[in-house]
Amino acid sequence: MLDDFFVRALIAGIGIAVMAGPLGCFVIWRRMAYFGDTMAHSALLGVALSLLLDLNLMVAVFIVAAAVSVLLLFLQRRGALSTDALLGILSHSALSIGLVIVAFMTWVRIDLVGFLFGDILAVSEADIDIIWGGGILVIFAIVYLWRPLLASTVNPELAEAEGMRPERARLFFMLLMALVIAIAMKIVGILLITSLLIIPAATARRFATSPEVMAVLASVIGAFAVTGGLFGSLHWDTPSGPSIVVAALALFVLSLLPIGRRRLETASHSTPGGHH
Amino acid sequence: MLNFRSPETTPLVRLNDAGVSRNGRWLVRGVEFSISPGEIVTLIGPNGSGKSTTAKTAIGVLKADEGYVERKPGLKVGYVPQKLAVDWTLPLTVERLMTLTGPLKGREIEEALSATGVLHLAKAEVQHLSGGEFQRALLARAIARKPDLLVLDEPVQGVDFSGEIALYELIKQIRNRTGCGILLISHDLHIVMAETDTVVCLNGHVCCRGTPQAVSQSPEYQKLFGRRAAGALAVYSHNHDHTHLPDGRVLHADGSITEHCYPGDGHHHDEDDNVHDHGEDCGCGHHTRLHGFELKEKRDA
Repeated sequence: MLDDFFVRALIAGIGIAVMAGPLGCFVIWRRMAYFGDTMAHSALLGVALSLLLDLNLMVAVFIVAAAVSVLLLFLQRRGALSTDALLGILSHSALSIGLVIVAFMTWVRIDLVGFLFGDILAVSEADIDIIWGGGILVIFAIVYLWRPLLASTVNPELAEAEGMRPERARLFFMLLMALVIAIAMKIVGILLITSLLIIPAATARRFATSPEVMAVLASVIGAFAVTGGLFGSLHWDTPSGPSIVVAALALFVLSLLPIGRRRLETASHSTPGGHH
Repeated sequence: MLNFRSPETTPLVRLNDAGVSRNGRWLVRGVEFSISPGEIVTLIGPNGSGKSTTAKTAIGVLKADEGYVERKPGLKVGYVPQKLAVDWTLPLTVERLMTLTGPLKGREIEEALSATGVLHLAKAEVQHLSGGEFQRALLARAIARKPDLLVLDEPVQGVDFSGEIALYELIKQIRNRTGCGILLISHDLHIVMAETDTVVCLNGHVCCRGTPQAVSQSPEYQKLFGRRAAGALAVYSHNHDHTHLPDGRVLHADGSITEHCYPGDGHHHDEDDNVHDHGEDCGCGHHTRLHGFELKEKRDA
């Protein structure tokens, strides 16, 4: 029989996987994996600030992640340093500042491991409401912004020339990322959020025939990874975040196996074979 | 011959002394031209001369830092950028590419793809196309949305010679059928599309402008390019009064050297003396700024 906390974690985790799917596709199409990491790492600064200023945890994390992404946009415009150097600076400074602030607050005891790697025990019913409420908001926003986001992913200038506003789409996209990070932090943990965005999307690529199919597949694969990972976490008493990532990785490795590719390969092999 | 130009038509886009600067350096300055419905304007110039910058300024992707750009309200643009790389992680078929910026009917997609000769590739992923096939797919995408203004940044790159002629013929047909204005950027300094109404030669500013001379009128070129090319290609002979030195300074025809060169700096014959070696009907812009309008009688004559 499943425990209540486990069912809550499962419902919450699947909600996160569903919203992470399409967003994760954009992260890999736009080559923003490291960018996502930076935003996620800045979440610890959000945690520290929420404790220091007695703010709601998710609100604080969302604000900090959004602020870091806007700061990055501003620094990119100035163009003094390359984007990956800027990301490296922002990512690790935000994480470190967060850790330093937490260390100063000797009066609070926080479960650092829980924040970094996820804690399924921490999911309350209120969290489930927030995850599914936020998840539905994210999905609606993605559907609404789909065309301008996709067009500006292919080519921002083309999108702008043909009446779209790629800068605005990009800003909304970053806000959605900040929202997903704030919501997903409890389950997968700060250090591993981006893997839940990237690995299911990368797995979906192999089977996808269109951007839309890939987005839906990424959600489905993510939901399987969450389910598998949480069962593993319960069974072997491992932290929930890493267990989910390991399950996602297992699905990715499975997707690399040449099942279904055989037909293609035999077709290409038979051509040179015909000359013997 | 069909003629869509008429003096009453308001231009789709008009650049007035437009300039764009980045980090204190002028990429292009003092650009003036307009495109009316049915008119084909070709931008030529060496690498880094500001052709793409000018085209992007015309359609509003870049903002003019000086001067101004007027666009017809609600102008619908179809754009083929110079460089477009689709990440391999994005599963995008040619068919899906067509509706990238707006919905289209299945019939419209098919028509555009067969017009550019890539209908058989509709289900292919764009990453698997050759350079020429991809250019045709991009052109199909741009025309399928039935734009008022078609902006083609080096549309024949990666296309072989006979493919280039075929594409120019197609662009001409599109113009004749839809009456849209076309802004074309040519990768070649001397050979342009024969149907071009105005050639604008850029090198950080408008170096010279004029109408091309049809290849068919020049036996040497006809021999060089063959009969089929004669209808599609034209030769543009430059009439520069200054040379851009490697260090960025400018050597003028009168022997003087200046740091920069702008129209109106006193070194350009455009403004001063109207000396040129081609005929009155060259349409080079020395006679009137807004040529393209007065060509009607001459073409029909």
